[in-house]
Amino acid sequence: MNGDQNTPPGSTRRRAIEYFLGGGILATFASFLYPVLRYVVPPPVADLGVNEVVAGKVGDLKPNSGAIFRFGSSPGLLILTSDGSYQALSATCTHLGCTVQYRGDLHQVWCPCHNGIYGIDGRNISGPPPKPLTAYDVHLRGDEIVVTLKREA
Amino acid sequence: MIAAILRWLDERLHLDDLIAPFRHKTVPVHRLTYWYFFGGITLFLFGVQVVTGILLLLYYHAGANDAFESVQYIMTKVRYGWLIRSIHSWSANLMILTAFAHMFSVLFLKAYRKPRELTWISGMLLLFLVMGFGFSGYLLPWNTLAFFATKVGTAMVGQVPIIGQPMMIFLRGGPQVTGATLIRFFGFHVAVLPGLVVVLISIHLFLVQRLGMSVPPKIEAEWAENPSVKREMKFFPNFMLREMMAWYVTVGVLGALAAIFPWNLGVKADPFGSAPAGIKPEWYFLFMYQTLKIIPSKVWFVEGEVLGIVGCGLAGLLWLLLPFFDSEPPSRPKRWITGLAIFALMYVAGMSAYGFLAK
Repeated sequence: MNGDQNTPPGSTRRRAIEYFLGGGILATFASFLYPVLRYVVPPPVADLGVNEVVAGKVGDLKPNSGAIFRFGSSPGLLILTSDGSYQALSATCTHLGCTVQYRGDLHQVWCPCHNGIYGIDGRNISGPPPKPLTAYDVHLRGDEIVVTLKREA
Repeated sequence: MIAAILRWLDERLHLDDLIAPFRHKTVPVHRLTYWYFFGGITLFLFGVQVVTGILLLLYYHAGANDAFESVQYIMTKVRYGWLIRSIHSWSANLMILTAFAHMFSVLFLKAYRKPRELTWISGMLLLFLVMGFGFSGYLLPWNTLAFFATKVGTAMVGQVPIIGQPMMIFLRGGPQVTGATLIRFFGFHVAVLPGLVVVLISIHLFLVQRLGMSVPPKIEAEWAENPSVKREMKFFPNFMLREMMAWYVTVGVLGALAAIFPWNLGVKADPFGSAPAGIKPEWYFLFMYQTLKIIPSKVWFVEGEVLGIVGCGLAGLLWLLLPFFDSEPPSRPKRWITGLAIFALMYVAGMSAYGFLAK
């Protein structure tokens, strides 16, 4: 690479060559980077579009207690209140995504991570949760407790 | 902007002192200079292995139940997963090829003689480790070919007198090749071997840096006779730029191979199925495999297998210690070593070809 006297540094010819070389190298790296970036993003998980699940059987729960059930890929909370009615909520805390639980002693839903408290209807009462828990519809089909997404009004 | 950052760093860390040795380093220029590129290409391919290996780790599951399915998932569901895996497999094979080319070039150019004995030994150990990478990585997709190759390969270790059986149990994680073997091989492949290789590469590169490039005795003699033909180039940037061009070509070859001939996954291993017909190890083990195949089952009073394994082991040891059998420069290299090197090359090539063609 002895400097050619005819094309001193900064000349148009030399700059053109440099642009071609640099552009080629950049393009090469882009061609490495693109597949890698696409690769590291995980392929979408097939969403089964769950909008109805069987959360349990009548008699599984004692009054004034709750249990976690699977609602698609996220947890749900089924509560049997002291007066014998069922209530189903999303179990994912609206603060930072911990899974909540029913506290029989408080008659409330409690998130242990940051002491968030919700009412049985999902309303956020105290602590950091910014929003209520999503409430689901519950109905009985035979002895199965069926939980469905609330229809958008 | 970049210049300002460099100046800032240089003021504090005196980077100039660090790269000074590279500025002084020169590379001899003669008609065989191109052989100097193979070590660097091998190193580059190792870098490709590290990057693609880390990418594969994002989706790979070790374990007899999930391994095959996870590789299948990588190849069918993950975007460009097939390409990443194909590059990892192809690059592994090319790396072993260039490592062998590097080893034989050092042998024929007599670069292993005093004072470079330790460079040769560290390089040979690296070659063994690279083959260990190949052997352990081959099992990870948990397909039929890999399963039986591992079965046979570890059984061969078991033939070594006295220490063979315990070594085989250690490698397999039990008396049989099972999911436990897969977990172990995974650990070797992604943790143990990379750690060892990084240490050895550092030593190897330090020695190359410290001792400078070797000039083949014949060319050295020509230069001594006629000093005006002696040529050198600066390592940095002149040789480095040429090396990078070689890497660029390597990337091209690698990308083309990986895209045009994507690596197969095969059929999931069934530990209770029969071995398929025509089963063979990877090409870089073929010469040993074929050697073992042609040794009779009993030679005099020794088991053929044991003879083969011990023979291969001793040959490996002799190869490792080869510099100590040769003369010290400036006296002429020993002829029989050149003869042995030619024989070894012909033997490895011939036996590989025989193994490839044999039924």
